[in-house]
Amino acid sequence: MTKHTPSAGFRRLFASLMLSAATLGVAMTAADANTLRWARVGDALTLDPHSANEGPTSTLLHHIYETLVSRGLDGSLQPRLATEWSIHPDDPAVWVFKLRDGVKFHDGADFTAEDVVASVTRVTAETSDFKGLHTSVAGAEAVDDYTVHIKMKGPTPLYVQNLTNFFIMDKGWIEANGVQAPQDFKAGEEKFTVRNTNGTGPYMLESRDPEVKTVLKVNAGHWAPAPQVTEIIYTPIKEAATRVAALLSGEVDFVQDVPVQDIERLSNTPGVKVTTGPENRTIFFSYDMTSDSLVSLPGDNPFKKPQVREALALTLDRDAIRQVVMRGQSVPGALNAPPFVNGYDAAMDAYGKPDLDRAKALLAEAGYANGFSVDLHCPNDRYINDEAICQAFVGMMGRIGIKANLVSQSRTIHFPAIQNRQVDFYLLGWGVPTFDSQYVFDFLVHSLEEGRGGWNGSRYQNPEVDAMIKSLATETDLAKRDATIADIWKKVQEDRVFLMVHNQALAYAAKDGIDIAVHPENQPHMANVAFK
Amino acid sequence: MNRLARAWDSDLAYSFRHSPVAVVAAAVSLTIILAAVLSPWIAPHNPFNPATLVLMDGFTPPMEPNAFTGNVYLLGTDNQGRDILSTILYGARLSLFVGFSAVLFSMVLGITLGLIAGWRGGWVDSLLMRIADVQLSFPSILIALLIFGIARGVIPPAYRETMAVWVLIVAIGLSEWVQFARVVRGAAMVEKSKEYVQAARVIGVHPARIVATHILPNVMGPVLVIATIGLALAIIAEATLSFLGVGVPPTQPSLGTLIRIGQGFLFSGEWWIILFPSIALLALALSVNLLGDWLRDALNPRLK
Repeated sequence: MTKHTPSAGFRRLFASLMLSAATLGVAMTAADANTLRWARVGDALTLDPHSANEGPTSTLLHHIYETLVSRGLDGSLQPRLATEWSIHPDDPAVWVFKLRDGVKFHDGADFTAEDVVASVTRVTAETSDFKGLHTSVAGAEAVDDYTVHIKMKGPTPLYVQNLTNFFIMDKGWIEANGVQAPQDFKAGEEKFTVRNTNGTGPYMLESRDPEVKTVLKVNAGHWAPAPQVTEIIYTPIKEAATRVAALLSGEVDFVQDVPVQDIERLSNTPGVKVTTGPENRTIFFSYDMTSDSLVSLPGDNPFKKPQVREALALTLDRDAIRQVVMRGQSVPGALNAPPFVNGYDAAMDAYGKPDLDRAKALLAEAGYANGFSVDLHCPNDRYINDEAICQAFVGMMGRIGIKANLVSQSRTIHFPAIQNRQVDFYLLGWGVPTFDSQYVFDFLVHSLEEGRGGWNGSRYQNPEVDAMIKSLATETDLAKRDATIADIWKKVQEDRVFLMVHNQALAYAAKDGIDIAVHPENQPHMANVAFK
Repeated sequence: MNRLARAWDSDLAYSFRHSPVAVVAAAVSLTIILAAVLSPWIAPHNPFNPATLVLMDGFTPPMEPNAFTGNVYLLGTDNQGRDILSTILYGARLSLFVGFSAVLFSMVLGITLGLIAGWRGGWVDSLLMRIADVQLSFPSILIALLIFGIARGVIPPAYRETMAVWVLIVAIGLSEWVQFARVVRGAAMVEKSKEYVQAARVIGVHPARIVATHILPNVMGPVLVIATIGLALAIIAEATLSFLGVGVPPTQPSLGTLIRIGQGFLFSGEWWIILFPSIALLALALSVNLLGDWLRDALNPRLK
């Protein structure tokens, strides 16, 4: 009885250390010519194509489902399920899409205009997370089998830019399985579409074990020339070192998010190629700036005071975060818009040096001379070094007397908490698939109504700004529209709606012979991968 | 004085003096425990206060000046600019606190249930021992993870950070009580049938008093052995949970958290972040374990 054996945990701890060390010496094994083993920090949140407007989810779904148009590596729009698109010559409020002929869904059903109409209905439904991209849509109509009219509430000259993550589903399949409404992700709903798919994409779902492994097989009946990759094995690996070890040991072929500390080492490793590039994504802090009470500070809300928001901005040392946490792999800025985006303004993106004395004086002016205590929520498996950024900011805030308790959680808990408005001070990243500021405004700045403001955790409410944002959708004079965008950004910066940290940079690593270009939206597509 | 001398002459002390392993293990454990307990006074920095950290000090190698700030740290710094030496001291304090509290918790629970089972016998005994059997069929770390998961669901996020340490203690404590309960039950059953207990019952001593004053002291030997080995197991369990990322919050790193952080920098050359905390954990767990082994042998009459 008193004889004791070492605990399993201890052995596991050591085994993982040994494994990591052992893989350093293992030589590269050649990739199977047809299978691509793909590792990323996290899994898709769901396979329902209209349920979670989130990068990794859309990236995986692009392999199974297809959109009307897609975004090329240079940012331009490319035909996909639609071959042509234009504004109706007689009615500027109608978009005309000519559809690709001879496309079939994975279950064999033909792709027709009715499917697009059903998908428009579904993506504008109440539980859709993408409805913010389709707020101007009045309805869709199938003119013939291969022509669709999407009727807008008014002229919407840039609507087609919103369609790069709009996945088309089969009408018959939707009805047969009773999935007319998208899965309500933030309510934690389970639905047939979460684990079952029927798209037109180049790959079909073979098997899926969420958070463990997803296998996709090539769709022989796809309309495009057959891709070189015939099988995709997608594996989420949360731990940075384990992900790199998996690539070095030959367990995976492609790592989508190389930890910043390992870029240099991997670049110098024979048999591995690292590709870096900027991502169209901002990383920022949001705080509830209108409520009277915070969840973690009942009866008080310091963020309501402009001085407190300014003090926070003066505390954040972006250069130190870039230097130490990001190892130079980020572009710090003050404007919550990546340089890729229409409406980006370098002058507004400029940031000053931290000034703790001034920050303390501002806090005192706001009535918080002794600081305050608040919860800071942070994901730990979504953005590059997300938890480390939060930790660093907790330290910086501590220096002016703000005691932040760091609540660091998986994105599967973090994101619904933001959408359900259960957290009031948090880190978030925002990519801009439309390459236009309106996307940022619609989701993050506009007050919560009619499908807009779904991610506006700042609870920013400004009727004047709301009206300006609404006007962007229908403004046909692009010069005037750009001027409105500039005005909105000016107001957003004045009111300090966000505390912007930086634009994220990407680093992909793949075995030699696998050619994967860095996609500005971080949505690489395996059908475009070339083996050499 | 008299007591001290008697203790020095006891069998146990004699065995201790003549076991070099025990002496060294005790010295190492005592040093670490003392350093950990005194860490607020002897550590160069307070790594648990984020406001004192300088981010630009991050990734400073041991004994080398930082490229930006010029600060020198004996064992280097981690990714947040925390001094590794201070963090090890504070982390060890946290690990030891969790370890001691968890062992105390499981000891009280295990002894109580073991005494009840051994004394009452019958269906109470069967029920308690079957529960113990069921629990023994799971690895204890799984049970701790389960308890941790339930606690996460029950405790609102705002209190999670402050409650994290207590949840750890309960989780580890609940996963280790079976060892105590089984040993105490066995010993209690043996003692129960001995003449002095029979005599006490005959003269009408209350059962609770018999258990507390007659049986309990006689089962404390083996309990002490399990407690010492249990301490090492609890420290490792805490490190494992923190390594898996479910333990203490990231702003208050324990040894396991530090090893988890360091693991991310294994390939990039910052070896000191993982090496020193691992050595500290190894030294602590090994020395406490060796002490437990020695105590087991020393208290075992058959080995004399």
